Amino acid sequence: MTTTDVIIVGGGIVGAAIARELSSDGRRVLVLERSFVGAGATGAGMGHIVVMDDSPAQLALTVGSRDLLDELERELPDACERDLSGTLWIAEDDAQLAEVRLKQQRHEAAGVRCEILDAYALATAEPNLRKGLAGALRVAGDAVVYPPAVARWLMDRAVDAGTELRCGVDVHSIGGGVVVTNRGTFGAPDIINATGAHAQGLSHGADIVPRKGHLLITDRYPAFCRHQLVELGYLASAHTLNSESVAFNIQPRRTGQLLIGSSREVVGWDASVNRRIVQRMLQRAVEFMPRLKSLDIIRTWTGFRPATAHKLPYISRIPAQPGVWIAAGHEGLGITTALGSARLLADLLLSREPWTDPEPYAL
Amino acid sequence: MSDVEIRVDGRSVRVETGATVAAALLGDETFAFRTSISGQPRGPLCGMGTCFECRVTINGMPHRRACMTVVATGMEIVTRG
Repeated sequence: MTTTDVIIVGGGIVGAAIARELSSDGRRVLVLERSFVGAGATGAGMGHIVVMDDSPAQLALTVGSRDLLDELERELPDACERDLSGTLWIAEDDAQLAEVRLKQQRHEAAGVRCEILDAYALATAEPNLRKGLAGALRVAGDAVVYPPAVARWLMDRAVDAGTELRCGVDVHSIGGGVVVTNRGTFGAPDIINATGAHAQGLSHGADIVPRKGHLLITDRYPAFCRHQLVELGYLASAHTLNSESVAFNIQPRRTGQLLIGSSREVVGWDASVNRRIVQRMLQRAVEFMPRLKSLDIIRTWTGFRPATAHKLPYISRIPAQPGVWIAAGHEGLGITTALGSARLLADLLLSREPWTDPEPYAL
Repeated sequence: MSDVEIRVDGRSVRVETGATVAAALLGDETFAFRTSISGQPRGPLCGMGTCFECRVTINGMPHRRACMTVVATGMEIVTRG
């Protein structure tokens, strides 16, 4: 049996970030990935690095993680397509604008630079938005990245530091210092379950469900919009768990393409494109940006967010599985919070002072 | 047969009524309809709307297929997309 210090199951962005953290501390790390790096939710999502404030813990994790990514600015290769596009949280009416002001206060209390745009400033910043919107909160430090390239880069750094990566490995079970796979059995005193929406299959009690989302991508229309545009109601859409919802969320890519989201459904692992949902997404998008109607969409796909009922990831020891840890359940924030999650898990595993209060993420 | 006047990259061009934009450009000896991301000239290949190689900007709207669009009086066509 091959043995090492730590085995990470799952080579998504979270597993890659943890491998980088632990191997840079000198641990011998083995990553077991079923498919290839970034093949799951990492490769399906938008890559919006966004401060979210649904709860104090979510705010702490997103802000801390965004800071960690900022620190990598000079190192990240061009392929990661990091752009400081910023986010505009769009208020449709005065009631939403009042909510936007509360959001501004919460962001500023967390040290996040942001500003209110009134109706005129919003129309000037994004001329393709419909007229009559009340305003927006601009979070200038939010960014866009290309997630599979970031995951690949993090994994490459881990491998540079001694991590062994094995792809095409199906993990059947973990626990008792042993990982049983289709390619043999591996041993380590610490095993980390970083399998996203699949985590429940390996660790009972980790209450994570796949929450399906659709994305559409257009042909290249440079400067059609400049910020990532999100309707204020997005948080309400994200906050529910079981109901089907759509929310306007559009992202400009460096190529001039636009990613159009978003949808949330809990329908098991059915990856087929649901035309009715796509129609609802597009209707919502066109309500905000009427000219979207004349653009060509070239591809539509789906992915599965690893969703928890309490809207926070598990970053924790698993009490029922000695020697097993979990870093999963990030829902739509795995790209944003991978670095902070990895740092926290490494803090716990290496008995360092945790960079943020770990209690909200405990299993 | 009557013809219509369109503008190609700012130049006035007269073409037959009912012609496609692709036919109009080729008749005008314009063979590079657009430039690919890697900087290569691109022009019509399939002529039936499938390959998307012949995209031009028509009346300000990028990525219109020249082979699937019929000319109209005053149409503004830009090939430098």
